[in-house]
Amino acid sequence: MTGITIALSKGRIFDETLPLLAAAGIVPAENPEHSRKLIIGSNRPEVRLVVVRASDVPTYVQYGAADLGIAGKDVLLEHGGAGLYQPLDLNIARCRMCVAAPTGFDYAFAVRRGARLRIATKYVATARAHFATKGVHVDLIKLYGSMELAPLVGLADAIVDLVSSGGTLKANNLAEVEEIMSISSRLIVNQAALKVKRDLLQPVIESFARAVKP
Amino acid sequence: MNRWLLPEAIEDILPAQARRVETLRRALLDIFAGHGYELVIPPLLEHVESLLTGSGHDLDLRTFKLVDQTSGRTLGLRADITPQVARIDAHLLNRRGVARLCYCGTVLHTLPAGFNATREPLQLGAEIYGHAGIEADIEIVRLLAEVLHHAGLVTSRIDLGHVGLFRTLVKMAGVGAEAGMEIFAALQAKDVSTLEILLSGAPEPARGALLALPDLYGGVEVLVRARQVLPAGVTAHLDDLERLASALGDLPISFDLSELRGYHYHSGIVFAAYGEGSPSALALGGRYDLVGEAFGCARPATGFSLDLRELADLAILPAAGAILAPWSGDDQLYAEILRLRAAGEAVVMALPGHAGTWAEAGCDRQLVRHGGQWVIEALLS
Repeated sequence: MTGITIALSKGRIFDETLPLLAAAGIVPAENPEHSRKLIIGSNRPEVRLVVVRASDVPTYVQYGAADLGIAGKDVLLEHGGAGLYQPLDLNIARCRMCVAAPTGFDYAFAVRRGARLRIATKYVATARAHFATKGVHVDLIKLYGSMELAPLVGLADAIVDLVSSGGTLKANNLAEVEEIMSISSRLIVNQAALKVKRDLLQPVIESFARAVKP
Repeated sequence: MNRWLLPEAIEDILPAQARRVETLRRALLDIFAGHGYELVIPPLLEHVESLLTGSGHDLDLRTFKLVDQTSGRTLGLRADITPQVARIDAHLLNRRGVARLCYCGTVLHTLPAGFNATREPLQLGAEIYGHAGIEADIEIVRLLAEVLHHAGLVTSRIDLGHVGLFRTLVKMAGVGAEAGMEIFAALQAKDVSTLEILLSGAPEPARGALLALPDLYGGVEVLVRARQVLPAGVTAHLDDLERLASALGDLPISFDLSELRGYHYHSGIVFAAYGEGSPSALALGGRYDLVGEAFGCARPATGFSLDLRELADLAILPAAGAILAPWSGDDQLYAEILRLRAAGEAVVMALPGHAGTWAEAGCDRQLVRHGGQWVIEALLS
């Protein structure tokens, strides 16, 4: 493939990436929300987009199935980042990775006492690293969605999840008890592609860099 | 459990691929021999301390280990041959001048190294010991280029960097070893936003220089830009790269000043080869002057290695099949078979009763008698 393939996910990341793509002179031929196509062309014949699950974006780029990708830092931390360049923080799709617990649960006390906590999360690697740094023993329960439910039905003491407005937490009587890190989306680049297709990729990366809002 | 199931990331190499691997192995070892590289065959198994000495720190968790029944000591199955060859040069050969060594052998990894990666790469490499000057770096990069050319990878590129730049800048920044490792990891990912956080307290000009490194990649013009943005302390390293650039101007080379692969043991010029169709580097190499010291003899060293299985996957090689000859007592046929074999062709004798199956046995042509002559025709499957 001599053109550029860009991997990104539907929804917020796609919407907030559109202005950046436009800055690089790339306009997708279709909106993935309304199309069932997984490969979407653009106004530039050499540029195509592939629409994949957010957590699959780093995998597509690592293995060279896509040259560029837009992926949240949350997803990159779980993936590990092997084989990827992450040259730009695009400052889009901003949110926070947090520990949240039921409003009645004294998280600080449980940590101080040295309790073994049950943590439900989709972000197992991030949660493991966070609690290991704190020196807290945890049993991690991997879930694929609706983490907020786990403490309510006694599956877990607390959860590690992304929080943007906090609305879902509040609606389920949970509260944010600790911020692990702030999250935004990164531009990721396949390492070999940057070397072999530098002439094609570098202008796109530079336009993105100029278009990023602080 | 299925008795024919292989462990994960372990595979058989089947005839068609095995042939490509072996064709390349022979050709490349011959190229090395033609440049005076002497073949060494180190053992598959060593005391784990020797395998991990100097170079191998990164390899600890990737090395399979077992206990030696005769001594109770821990043995490792090699995960990299380079330290073994360094040991041979430093400890066994005791040469005063230059030693050029090459090798090809299986290594084992507990975890596959990446995409499609096998846990059993076939490592092929060449090393020059005993010469600290840039001439050795030039020779070894040229040798790698010849390997890639022979494999038919005409669009491949060789990307050059210099670990000394990073070492000097980190020293100037005055950060500890642990912070140095974090900076190293961020540089490898060209992760500027993380670098900014890590370097928030570092003094200028080291801070600005380290932040500039991820962007310093591209053609030879990168070296001009680097002279403008990097401090005077790294001029000598840039001079090295410039000399390399002018000596290798005819090759498809590029530069990446944040390229630091294997920085634990590399000490100077480092390089990586990339080819179309491969999502990661095809070959890695560079200078590792400090490794011999751990084996009792500090010797300048540079070299490269690659996984021959991966190279054989991508290589563009002539794909000639075998010639099928009928089972016959004809002397004229026999003479023709001998002539073809002497000319390097594979000629397969058709055993009676298997008509129609020879294509799957690798034959694509056949000897047929036409008007008293044996001639070669296509074998249609």
